[in-house]
Amino acid sequence: MAEAQAVATPQVRRSAGRRSWRGWQFVGPFMAVFTLVFLAPIGYSIYLSLFQTKLIGGTSFVGVDNYRTALSDPQFWSSFGRVALFLAVQVPIMLCIALLVALAIDSGRLYGKAFFRVSVFLPYAVPAVVATLMWGFMYGSQFGLIGDINDAFGLSLPDPLSARLLLASIGNIVTWEFAGYNMLIFYSALKVIPTSLYEAAEIDGAGQLRIVWAIKIPALRGALLIATIFSIIGSFQLFTEPAILKHLALNVITTYYTPNYYAYQLSFSGQQQNYSATVAIVMGVITMVIAYLVQVRGARKAV
Amino acid sequence: MTFGRRRLLLSGIAMAASLALGASGCGSSGGGSKSDTSGKSASVSDADVQAALNAGGSITVWAWEPTLKQVVPAFESKYPKVKVKLVNAGSSKDQYTALQNAISAGSGIPDVAQIEYFALPQFALGKSLADLTGYGADKLTGTFSPGPWNSVHEGKGIYGLPMDSGPMALFYNKEVFDKYKINVPTTWDEYIQAAEKLHAADPKKYITNDVGDAGFTTSMIWQAGGKPYQVDGTKVAINFGDAGTQKFTTAWQQLISKKLVAPFESWSDAWFKGLGDGTIASLTIGAWMPANLETGVKAGKGKWRVAPMPQWQAGGTATAENGGSSLAVTAASQQKKLAYGFLKFADIDDGVKLRVDGGAFPATTATLQSPDFLGAAPAYFGGQKINEVLAQSAKNVAPGWSYLPFQVYANSTFNDTVGKAYISGTTLQDGLKAWQEGSIKYGQQQGFTIK
Repeated sequence: MAEAQAVATPQVRRSAGRRSWRGWQFVGPFMAVFTLVFLAPIGYSIYLSLFQTKLIGGTSFVGVDNYRTALSDPQFWSSFGRVALFLAVQVPIMLCIALLVALAIDSGRLYGKAFFRVSVFLPYAVPAVVATLMWGFMYGSQFGLIGDINDAFGLSLPDPLSARLLLASIGNIVTWEFAGYNMLIFYSALKVIPTSLYEAAEIDGAGQLRIVWAIKIPALRGALLIATIFSIIGSFQLFTEPAILKHLALNVITTYYTPNYYAYQLSFSGQQQNYSATVAIVMGVITMVIAYLVQVRGARKAV
Repeated sequence: MTFGRRRLLLSGIAMAASLALGASGCGSSGGGSKSDTSGKSASVSDADVQAALNAGGSITVWAWEPTLKQVVPAFESKYPKVKVKLVNAGSSKDQYTALQNAISAGSGIPDVAQIEYFALPQFALGKSLADLTGYGADKLTGTFSPGPWNSVHEGKGIYGLPMDSGPMALFYNKEVFDKYKINVPTTWDEYIQAAEKLHAADPKKYITNDVGDAGFTTSMIWQAGGKPYQVDGTKVAINFGDAGTQKFTTAWQQLISKKLVAPFESWSDAWFKGLGDGTIASLTIGAWMPANLETGVKAGKGKWRVAPMPQWQAGGTATAENGGSSLAVTAASQQKKLAYGFLKFADIDDGVKLRVDGGAFPATTATLQSPDFLGAAPAYFGGQKINEVLAQSAKNVAPGWSYLPFQVYANSTFNDTVGKAYISGTTLQDGLKAWQEGSIKYGQQQGFTIK
């Protein structure tokens, strides 16, 4: 025993010394970049969120005061409520459309499949700013498409930029932009299903609907989950569309219309960088929690 | 299925974290700008400034005022060694956002910036601007008309030189008024009647546009004798319940409730179009408007006229300032002498005439009283001697008004609160009350003493 120990000890020591460096050499470059562009900004945001800068009195450490303010800030919660409503309504609609289009293309019964696929995907290639400006012009009831239609046919269509309809109008823009993107995720998931399954189903006498229901949809579960999580994050980050439409709906889009827009306004108009960082972090944590819950639920179903 | 639980969690974290990341990019701490270059107590004589101008260098000027385009070449030909880079960093609030960002970041800060009177206290208080007292600005009393001159003072300092001023007047489209046989209103009661008559005669035409504009609303309250803001250093009182404010809200509420104002935002494409084709028949706006009409509304040539601002009491003469800008030197500028030299050239010396010829409205008393200026009869206004009306308005500006030391922020939340009056059942007065509460809250957060 004693002999064996004497032999083993230096070996352990040597391998311990070796182990600590080789791995780091491989991950080192990644870790350096990751720290610099990823962890550092987050750390800096957290650092900022612990201070308060006043026009009169300068900067002081306030601990978690900013977080306390944010959690009881009615403007923050109203912006959160708005994106939550957006999420609950827009995301299912968008994903359903994307799913239907993907199934339609995959069915092989569509004439001009490649053209159809590209044209549905094309809006995703249009920058969000351009897309919003374009839709904004169409929505205009004074000088836009809606206005022209009203003039030409003597109608009075509801104003898409009114307080009642604006969120739905933004949902329409976002759906237009991202349905094609999600369609592509679904379509590529459908493509990896082995054709032998379809053959087997046909031999068993299954119709197309039955194949969709029993083979395609279950196979899409993973893709659906990832698309849902992307969409949740996208909804919570809603910014470009309200920021651009602000010029057309000055009074409807408040400075706290969405959490991100609120953070932007706090920082750029109110010079409350500290509180802005707090709002961003709170929102980031909420997003993480919700994304995680959806993921856990999705994974459990898959088992 | 294909995605493991862990990987999904990580991607979720990554995405969510980039949300925090996006906002932190703009979060550079506000304290960075208080550098050594405050320029205070250093006494700089005119000769020093002159020497610097002769020695040369380059400065960057951020301004959106169109007539400065003529001033810059003239300045450069007078001082050939000085190069001026004139940058349009957006109008008003857009420029303030950009400027605030540059100041927070501590880089890319211009030497000279155009800053409207309402915004000057905020930048002065934030120590972003150089005090010009040491450059001899304190000896300029009497050079500028009193309204603008008071506006560039903050505490004991002088933080800019007045570039133009905006005593208000009624600009109206005579063609439209004549066509519908509307007399030029002299009181706000008559104005409301005119609004009703015009809109009834042609539902596509409006007396004016308004979708909620903080600058316009505060100026109207100013004329009505309201004094919602009382500022004494860092002690601030805000009260939109006074009689002057109520006079305005009672009258203007009628125009909003009866949908007699065009729903176009000022400076939008629709607005310029409406000014040209008669959709918007009049504007109660600052005296700097002629240059904008001449360059932006070519279709209105010969149709527009200027009349005194409508009054709250028949026979009254009170007016208010609407907008108007100063040029200020930033605290971070490395070329303060050159910058001050440019300010003097543009705001007092040769630049004034160039800018007035371009349609700007001066803040210098000498120009305001000169026969040349008063006698000008631009063809755009059908040969009317509009400067007589406008110069008269400059003399009648109601005294005692002040803006908040955080007016830029307050104005950014105007449409959150008062804007509700334009899209829902909320009244103007209720909107103003909400605006007041928001401003008080912000003031308290920022360390002001709110009475």
